[in-house]
Amino acid sequence: MSGNPKLHYINGRGRMEPIRWLLAAAGVEFEESYLEKKEDLTKLQKNGSLLFQQVPMVEIDGMKLVQTRAIANYIAIKYNLYGKDLKERALIDMYVEGMFDLNELLMGYGYQPADKKDQHFTNMMDKTKNRYFPAFEKVLKDHGKDFLVGNQLSRADVQLLEIILMAEEFKPDILAKFPLLQSFKARISNIPTIKKFLQPGSQRKPPVREEEVPKVMKIFY
Amino acid sequence: MAGKPKLHYTKGRGKMESIRWLLAAAGVEFEEEFIETKEDLEKLRSDGVLLFQQVPMVEIDGMRMVQTRAILSYIAAKYNLYGKDLKERAWIDMYVEGTTDLMGMIMYLPFQPADVKEKNLALITERATTRYFPVYEKALKDHGQDYLVGNKLSWADVHLLEAILMAEECKPDVLSAFPVLQAFKGRISNIPTIKKFLQPGSQRKPPTDEKFVAVVRKIFNI
Repeated sequence: MSGNPKLHYINGRGRMEPIRWLLAAAGVEFEESYLEKKEDLTKLQKNGSLLFQQVPMVEIDGMKLVQTRAIANYIAIKYNLYGKDLKERALIDMYVEGMFDLNELLMGYGYQPADKKDQHFTNMMDKTKNRYFPAFEKVLKDHGKDFLVGNQLSRADVQLLEIILMAEEFKPDILAKFPLLQSFKARISNIPTIKKFLQPGSQRKPPVREEEVPKVMKIFY
Repeated sequence: MAGKPKLHYTKGRGKMESIRWLLAAAGVEFEEEFIETKEDLEKLRSDGVLLFQQVPMVEIDGMRMVQTRAILSYIAAKYNLYGKDLKERAWIDMYVEGTTDLMGMIMYLPFQPADVKEKNLALITERATTRYFPVYEKALKDHGQDYLVGNKLSWADVHLLEAILMAEECKPDVLSAFPVLQAFKGRISNIPTIKKFLQPGSQRKPPTDEKFVAVVRKIFNI
């Protein structure tokens, strides 16, 4: 038995992916237990492992943490990725909440019914290009530093890289008008723990494929 | 007057209400600037004061904070309503996320068409009584203390009371199977700052009625 955190989720990105990114960036090894069918979820629900009957769930430090943000907050504080004081934390929280909103849009695309896909795509690309990326480009421009907050790596930088890469999967030139985000992307990608996570064979998950969607729906609905 | 937090939102509950609750519970006086028309929102946007072009926005301690959870976390930490260590904070975060999910469902109810509304009301009642309230009932029962976490008032308690009252507005007897939560409700409602907030004339906002739904739709173009 190891002391490594253990993640319970499907073998896909969904709402667990930001947590995988954070752990990887912090250099923390983790194990994963995948839900492959509905019975796997039911089993966890029945044995009282899921506070609100939902995943993500992460076993860490003797706790069974649920709720994406609660888990991410815990990991960020524990591994010093949450700023040095209340004000830095406030900035990190603001940025990260915007990123969670965008992540919902990007991550949710693959699960949209066929007749809603186009509208969803238009909306998510519009928000990416006109709402979120300009905000983060401006943050970097205004202070001219390498990281979003407090001149040191925080969860905000990790999550921003994650959504940049996700957005690029949909539109490879999405960063065309954002030169600072381009250099940010290169810089953060080169951090050793993150560079390792970006290599094939890591626990980073690929985008959901259309043929996988029915299987996922069956587990949760 | 400078120094007090200033809230920018509509005159309704929406996503700002939890923030009003937490400031009130912490005994913090605050001002409000209400968005009454689409133009009011556009002005905030063109003034460049909304990081993601959205409200809630709260001017506090020299910052223009946006994103409900970011604002709530800041207030909770500043006013010692966030537990004493990492583990207590984790529990508070988990509990608050649960009540956020429940209140999120209730918040959208007035905006739904009649047939969907009825179905969702049933779903809210089901979730409240089978997924959420049992968790808080059990937490309080297991440790036998007055507050959810660390034997001390926290954001989780304030948020749970808010969620209970909202759920009761949907279904008045929703707590009938939860005696410990009934006692909790009575106890937390009696905390002086919260008792004051629950009285008429406070900055607590009423439930959203049909007329206000129309106003909100116009402002946010939804």
